[in-house]
Amino acid sequence: MIKSEEELTWKDLEVGCVVSDAGNARQYKTGDWRSLRPICDKTKCIKCGVCYIFCPDMAIRKTDEGYFEADLYYCKGCGICAQECITSCITMVEEEE
Amino acid sequence: MGERVGIEVSLAASEAIKMANVDVVAAYPITPQTHIVEHLSQLVADGELDAEFIPVESEHSAMSVCCGSSAVGARTFTCTSSQGLALMNEIVFIAASLRLPIVMLLANRSLSGPLSIWNDHSDVMSIRDCGWIQVFAENGQEVFDHVLFAFRVAEDAKVSLPVIVNIDGFVLTHMIEPLEFWDEDTVKKYLPDFKPVNQLHPDKPITMGAFGMPIIFTEAKKAQDEALIKSKTEILKAWKELGDLVGRYYQPVETNHLEGADTVFLTMGSIGETVSLAVNELRSRGKAVGQVKLRLWRPFPFEELREAVKGVKRIIVIDRAISFGGPGGPVASEIRAALYKERTMPAITNFICGLAGRDVTPDDYIKMYEKTEKMTKKKVREEDYIIYGVRE
Repeated sequence: MIKSEEELTWKDLEVGCVVSDAGNARQYKTGDWRSLRPICDKTKCIKCGVCYIFCPDMAIRKTDEGYFEADLYYCKGCGICAQECITSCITMVEEEE
Repeated sequence: MGERVGIEVSLAASEAIKMANVDVVAAYPITPQTHIVEHLSQLVADGELDAEFIPVESEHSAMSVCCGSSAVGARTFTCTSSQGLALMNEIVFIAASLRLPIVMLLANRSLSGPLSIWNDHSDVMSIRDCGWIQVFAENGQEVFDHVLFAFRVAEDAKVSLPVIVNIDGFVLTHMIEPLEFWDEDTVKKYLPDFKPVNQLHPDKPITMGAFGMPIIFTEAKKAQDEALIKSKTEILKAWKELGDLVGRYYQPVETNHLEGADTVFLTMGSIGETVSLAVNELRSRGKAVGQVKLRLWRPFPFEELREAVKGVKRIIVIDRAISFGGPGGPVASEIRAALYKERTMPAITNFICGLAGRDVTPDDYIKMYEKTEKMTKKKVREEDYIIYGVRE
């Protein structure tokens, strides 16, 4: 069983703190840095994908219906998608908690 | 055993590095380390040593190259002094935290300014807490032996830490001494091939030097501290085996004339030999004086030190560096700290001397002893440290 970072003791660390499983940055949750959340108004969205291209963290996914939505596990709430959106369909709202 | 030759210590050190069959040398020339790097460069150019010699543009790059080459599994060596060490400082700490078994010869020289090229210990004291294993050599033979010792300990899978061998600039580096080379079979027996604990290799990708969040940083530092403390077991083993092979048995703390001694000098590096002459003279005058020499500086040999000074009433600690505005020379501070919990703590007098190559002769050490004796008799509250020989 893999321990979470909170459970790791100094004895569990690999020599020199190397990361031996490639690509494990995927597990790293950056969504909890967010204070603003992107909300998409689908009635205005033209599915152009500009938000997807500009997202610096690749935190926007294409859905089955062809819309684009933020993956809140990774989205830091930077607001670049809202800034770049051609039809202004993305607004940034305060996180409730 | 190998042959006995008269040779400059820097050249002998380079020959030992050649015998260790090093893969990569990355270094920038700086006085008084220059002859070591020059000779290694020559050995590579002449085809006598099959290694990459990388003439970097600075010491910062030298240590960066060393980290890279050690990380891919190459036996790696560098060498510097003073300002060069100061410039590579950032990467020195990283090498230890990445547990890369790099070997460095540090030709000890004062830090600027005033600008000086001469010998003291201010350079190594500036990186005291860098996490490397740190040892001191007293003469040319010890330098030769400790080059091979350093690779052996650094690369031991139970250790996997970088090692600094301190050698006093000029006093050792430029001295021509008779010393015994090891033969190749002995080197082979003592120093196995380098098998890295971690290795950057495309077949099994890993990340070295990743970001550490507050949630993991403390654990990372604890693991590093434990690794350095535990390395002592392998250090002792490596010294024992070295002794069995070549007949010279080294210890973390070495002693001289301790029988019945009430006062001992405590030294590190080449001045140990000068002090031993003073000790002989004082003994002939009937003074109960002995000598303790620290060979291992990190991990600090607490037990061995406490054992060595048991029953001693006074320690005269000789420092070759100043801790400006601090409690004394760096060695004296640590000796005081190491003995603080002892039931009967010896009095400690701290002389700072031999800064930037100023000569300190056996007579000077005798004067230090006499000054200390006088202070003991008068029962004065002593200064925390005395800068010996300074013109007032």
